[in-house]
Amino acid sequence: MMEPGLYHILFISAALFFIGMYGFLTRRNLITMLMSIELILNSVNLNFIAFNKYLWPGKMDGLFFTLFIIAIAAAEAAVAIAIIINLYRSHKSIDVENAEDLKY
Amino acid sequence: MNGSTIIFYLLAALTLTCGLLSVSTRQIFRAAIYLLFSLIGIAGIYFWLQYEFIAAVQIVVYVGGIVVLIIFSIFLTQQAGEKLAKQKVGRKIFSALAVFCGFALTMLQVYQHTFYETSETPVPATVFNIGKKMLAVDDGGYALPFEVISMLLLAAMIGCIVIALRSKPETK
Repeated sequence: MMEPGLYHILFISAALFFIGMYGFLTRRNLITMLMSIELILNSVNLNFIAFNKYLWPGKMDGLFFTLFIIAIAAAEAAVAIAIIINLYRSHKSIDVENAEDLKY
Repeated sequence: MNGSTIIFYLLAALTLTCGLLSVSTRQIFRAAIYLLFSLIGIAGIYFWLQYEFIAAVQIVVYVGGIVVLIIFSIFLTQQAGEKLAKQKVGRKIFSALAVFCGFALTMLQVYQHTFYETSETPVPATVFNIGKKMLAVDDGGYALPFEVISMLLLAAMIGCIVIALRSKPETK
């Protein structure tokens, strides 16, 4: 157990990114896929904050990137859930295997 | 080994464990709750890094907004007590393998790279400094992205209403 530093936070962030990736690859329900995307976006935010804190403490660029990513994630989640509810209304299912109208 | 280090490792364990449970549980409501605790753990790490404003934004937007939205959409689209369908074992194994290889490659690159710290005087991330920088129009200010984000949020809001609007059957 060492004193936590930049590498520890990068480890957490990479692990969280790939956990989200695993969820995105294995899940077939649209809402759980959206949850995985939220995990991935959070890992990116953590990276920005860690670099800002440890490498460029005199600037606040990473902090602003994080703020804007959070705002965009909120907009993205709202639009995605509107689409999911609309899909449920027409298909009675939110499984990606059943949503293949655009495929052929 | 002091209190701060222990708190960091506890927060890291909370975040990663809940994230892992969130993508592996078969009950969708539990997945949402685990996601909530994972996001709280990340907010705790922001507090630990002394970025209190970002931690507050994380709790307000993610825990208070997005997770509640996800839970409501689960209520609207899932039957109660129904588990998610089981996945094929082959797909699970290949996903886990791909993810593990990607993680190992990334961590190898990170540990081989040396990061150079800059010798700048640290600017404390207080709300005063953040607000001043966000509304600055001179070099290095963030007034333009701020306005663009507000337009994006407006467009997303209108888009949501239009998409989720129940289309009425045509009557004459």
